[in-house]
Amino acid sequence: MIPSAFDYYNPASLDEALQMLAEDGENSKVMAGGHSLIPAMRLRLAQPEKIIDIQGLRPHLSYIKEEDGLIKIGAMTTHYQVESSELLKASAPLLPEAAAVIGDVQVRNWGTVGGSLVHADPSSDLPSVMLALDAEMVLTSVKGERVEPALSFFSGILQTTIEPDELLTEIRFKAPAGKKTSYKKLPNKASHYSVVGCAAVVGVADGKITDAALAFSGLAEVPLRFDELENNLVGKSTDAASIEEACKGFASGVDALEDLHGSQDYRRAMAEVFAKRAILAAVSR
Amino acid sequence: MKKTVKLTVNGTTYERDVEPRTLLVHFLRDELGLTGTHIGCDTSQCGACTVSVNGQSLKSCTAFAVQLQGAEVMTIEGLAKEGELHPIQQGFWEMHGLQCGYCTPGMIMQSVQLLDRNPNPTEEEIRRGIEGNLCRCTGYQNIVKSIQWAAQHKNQGQTEIPEASAPKVDPQPIAPVP
Amino acid sequence: MLAATGYVGSRIKRREDPRLVTGNGNFTDDFTPAGTVYLHMLRSPHAHAKILSINTDAARGMTGVLAIITGEDLKKELAGPIPGVPYGTISTVPAYYPITHDRARFVGNIVAAVVADTRANARDAAEAVVVEYEVLPVVLDMEKAHKGEPTLVHDEMANNLCTEIELGNDVTEAFNTAAVTVEARFVNQRLVPNALENRVALAQYHQGDESVTLYVTSQNPHIIRTLLSGQIGVAEHKIRVIAPDVGGGFGSKIPAYAEEVIACIASKKVRKPVKWTETRSESFVATTHGRDNIDYIRMSATKDGKITGLDIIAYCNMGAYMSLLGPSVAVLCGVIVPGPYAIPNVHFKAICVYTNTTPTDAYRGAGRPEATYMLERTMNMMADKLGMDPMELRRKNFIQPDQFPYFNVVALNYDCGNYEPAMDKALEIFGYQEMRKTQEEARKQGRYIGIGQSTYVEVCGLGPGSGMTISRGYDCAVVRAELTGKVTVFTGVAPHGQGQETTFAQIVADQFSIPIEDVTIKHGDTEMTPYGMGTYGSRGTAVGGGALMLAIDTVKEKAKKIAAFQMEANEEDVVFEGGKFTVKGAGGGKSISFQEVCLKAYIDPKMAPVIEPGLEATRYFEPGNFVYPFGTHLAAVEIEAETGDVKILKYVCVDDCGNQLNPMLVEGQIHGGLAQGIGQALFEEAVYDSSGQLVSGTLMDYALPTAAELPTFTLDHTVTPTKVNPLGVKGIGEAGTIASTPVIVNAVMDALKHLGIKDIQMPLRPEKIWKALNGGSNSSNSAGAREAVVERHFGEDNK
Repeated sequence: MIPSAFDYYNPASLDEALQMLAEDGENSKVMAGGHSLIPAMRLRLAQPEKIIDIQGLRPHLSYIKEEDGLIKIGAMTTHYQVESSELLKASAPLLPEAAAVIGDVQVRNWGTVGGSLVHADPSSDLPSVMLALDAEMVLTSVKGERVEPALSFFSGILQTTIEPDELLTEIRFKAPAGKKTSYKKLPNKASHYSVVGCAAVVGVADGKITDAALAFSGLAEVPLRFDELENNLVGKSTDAASIEEACKGFASGVDALEDLHGSQDYRRAMAEVFAKRAILAAVSR
Repeated sequence: MKKTVKLTVNGTTYERDVEPRTLLVHFLRDELGLTGTHIGCDTSQCGACTVSVNGQSLKSCTAFAVQLQGAEVMTIEGLAKEGELHPIQQGFWEMHGLQCGYCTPGMIMQSVQLLDRNPNPTEEEIRRGIEGNLCRCTGYQNIVKSIQWAAQHKNQGQTEIPEASAPKVDPQPIAPVP
Repeated sequence: MLAATGYVGSRIKRREDPRLVTGNGNFTDDFTPAGTVYLHMLRSPHAHAKILSINTDAARGMTGVLAIITGEDLKKELAGPIPGVPYGTISTVPAYYPITHDRARFVGNIVAAVVADTRANARDAAEAVVVEYEVLPVVLDMEKAHKGEPTLVHDEMANNLCTEIELGNDVTEAFNTAAVTVEARFVNQRLVPNALENRVALAQYHQGDESVTLYVTSQNPHIIRTLLSGQIGVAEHKIRVIAPDVGGGFGSKIPAYAEEVIACIASKKVRKPVKWTETRSESFVATTHGRDNIDYIRMSATKDGKITGLDIIAYCNMGAYMSLLGPSVAVLCGVIVPGPYAIPNVHFKAICVYTNTTPTDAYRGAGRPEATYMLERTMNMMADKLGMDPMELRRKNFIQPDQFPYFNVVALNYDCGNYEPAMDKALEIFGYQEMRKTQEEARKQGRYIGIGQSTYVEVCGLGPGSGMTISRGYDCAVVRAELTGKVTVFTGVAPHGQGQETTFAQIVADQFSIPIEDVTIKHGDTEMTPYGMGTYGSRGTAVGGGALMLAIDTVKEKAKKIAAFQMEANEEDVVFEGGKFTVKGAGGGKSISFQEVCLKAYIDPKMAPVIEPGLEATRYFEPGNFVYPFGTHLAAVEIEAETGDVKILKYVCVDDCGNQLNPMLVEGQIHGGLAQGIGQALFEEAVYDSSGQLVSGTLMDYALPTAAELPTFTLDHTVTPTKVNPLGVKGIGEAGTIASTPVIVNAVMDALKHLGIKDIQMPLRPEKIWKALNGGSNSSNSAGAREAVVERHFGEDNK
């Protein structure tokens, strides 16, 4: 219940935070909302020597805006802010829909988009959503800004390509205008993480799917998209039978995760089920 | 190395030097003696430690006190005003929304958040809204009813905190022992 | 015999609640006397290992460390090991030391204890204690453990056998001549009680008079005091045990625990109050678990559905040591195994086995859920084989009202019961026939709806004076009418959510015709309350309430004597009605109030030569029998075929707990019981991996039901009062748990029956059902790999 001792820093500005990371990013742990980190520290599964608490950057990094055709979300934006954002509900409803099924109300009040993405828990919900939206991560360091696509950002269980001196400051993506979207998940009944979740972004014309982006949480060590599945869906009618048929078997070769809440076989099968559900929910909107 | 933290709890401002690893819930219980906030788990599942920080419900085991510089915290002890129960406290009492009472402070503080955002929730919205709070005694049925009671009596039902109550319903005569 | 000011039987709001809804409860961890220091336990990470050495040098030098206690250190101070109540063929109980000094026998077994000035420093220092282990092979499988397993949990216990318990008569003939038989193997999985308040012990050794005060999260402080005396070697009258507000127990706060002993001894050593507060993850391995049986059952019947025989072998996992009531739980299973049915031949054998796991003890229902689960599942299998509706098979075999008192062959005399009216009421409310039609319609659409049943009788209100082998079974109450006419009651039961501060006050207020505000109920402090057995086994009201009634009667008798003296009347002519003592008959009409009598009892000098001062009584109540609540529960579920997820569409229960003192509280007890029983059916399971690690060891992996997963239950009742106690009440704390587990599983099996699926072992996690639907095997008791997700979410590679 009581974490190991650590040194605590709370930079008041982005520059100050980046300076700290430049000096000793290797031995520092950035804490945003703390809702992934603190539980790990209490069990002493994580014992960071230095914590850089970026709460002070909230005024600067907590925003949701549309600019130059892009939707931009500050890394310190909470799940609740996403869930209740009128802007997102209108122009990217997939995100509020997914944010609303993260953890529970208290977790959504304090957990942040950036914190969740950098923590890169394979069973968390937002990484797959970012993949489906072809979002980009804006990674900032004293050297400047670097932009990394979501698709390459997640590199393993609890691993991303973020460098020790970098801070995730913004997530941005093109509003999926005209697309139909949905996020459906099978929750782990204990932790409320996803056993499997699917984020679907689908284009529809004349009752047929014109394009599809589907990404999965909980299925494997990183959130995944499947080209074959997405290609396969193009041209299919939007009725349940056609979509079910198109989703059949796509996950059979996946090196799936396995735990108490779902074997590999089950996860692969559920990926198909939740792909179908997400697509059907999306196209019915 | 201790850090100074200054925050407001239930309207009173406190300044304390604490180890950075001091969780908010330990700060409230051990430093301030506000033992109404309980600890039920160590993985942020049970919600027994739920308090309100700047109007947002928070599991106080999942924040370090030092993170909350300048914050306005409300705990269960700050909910009843001038000796009058908050309608949600009253609702839990009216509808038998508690048994052992251990989850109750967190459950009530989360219900405050719920009704704050959604003054007339459906049963399903209530059940989803308290998903982050575990109760092992009630099966939640009377908790749901308690929150419904509070939603219906938002502006009334604030009675003094009394010692006990008189019968509310016509007494059902007890069956005779033959 | 109950006076009517109308409290009893009414939905009185609880008197406990104002303090609890305002954060003013007094839970054990809320107490921190000046100078308190903190205890942290170092626990074995191995399920079975020899302790080669313990090096405490580094830890001793750390900030704030006051003492480090190893098993060898503790042994010198210890008067006796942690006690367990033996039963059956047992001859040896292996010593269970609070800190083990030779071998660790389960993950969580304490190997050292650290006392420091703060919680944080105690934990930091515990991490610096270096223990060298030689890891040994583990014993996990109960059946193998008992049959030639070379590894022994305790060297002196051959075949890892703790004890065998055998009850009933010879069933050979019944099965030899049976027209129809069914048999099954049921796994009643291990559960973690998870009371929301973890355990806490705060011990203070008083140097001045060599006495000890222990604040502890206990369901039975008096028993803990007696047992503690035998463990720490301080005489019982020098120990005060206080169980203040206790945040749920469900059986897990009955046993004597290592940490209480260590806290007391540590306090003596460091001369300061010592507090130990369990964390949830620690609780998962350190607090007793429940259930964990493998049951082999066979049942015989005639062609027309009369059950003729029942034969059971139950393997019961004791864990690594015998906890207080380990084997007693098996007994509680055996004695009720024929349920509400008139079965002439019943045989039950329990084989209690040691394994390298957390010790097991009572968990809500304790034995009765195991009995009811296997019986009710088997009843449905029998009904299927006979081609009968499951409810008709039950109806046909119910013990009939004129058969009471009924000896159930195994052990018990059911005093009363009337099972069919409860069943009929449940069937009607549920709409059984309509639901069958709905089920049929749904099936045509490819939807899987199932109906589940359970008709149960349970045994509770522990316990009768005779019939329990270890101890008499009673409870005690002191009723003190104060000088000002207020009444204080001291009870020996220890409510922790059951609400006796309210129900007992209702009784007192009615009996003396005084406002309920004039009554206070005190409990939980051995220095204040009389010797009682505590609260478990649905005994608080059935037994404690009986003692209260006796004490009230005794106070009334004396009050009547005083009233007669005051009114210069014959005692026989005085009646107590409506709060007044009135002289009846010729020359009557005079009266004196209860309050005046109270005043006179304490101050009137005129009474000095004739009547002893004061108005108070201490009475023990020892019932002549257990009580036998019963009922019918019905549920409809729908299976989502794609995922295997179970949705409860409808849940109806009709329970009979005799007279209801406060229907609102009765309903609350049932709701909570249902949630726990449904939790076992669908979600909950303590899973060990092959090395004996508890995989579902946090709330991230062990799923407790949340509000979002439970339905709204429909409750009703019948009232068949018992004569066993003066209130005509039968306990209701466990009925919901006992009945609901088989209802849900029967419903799922019913939904899948037409697909040829016969059995899925609990808990019915979606994956297991999905596998069954997809032709997979479910031989393993848990779905998926035995890996915790907690490591993955929080792994150390997270930087």
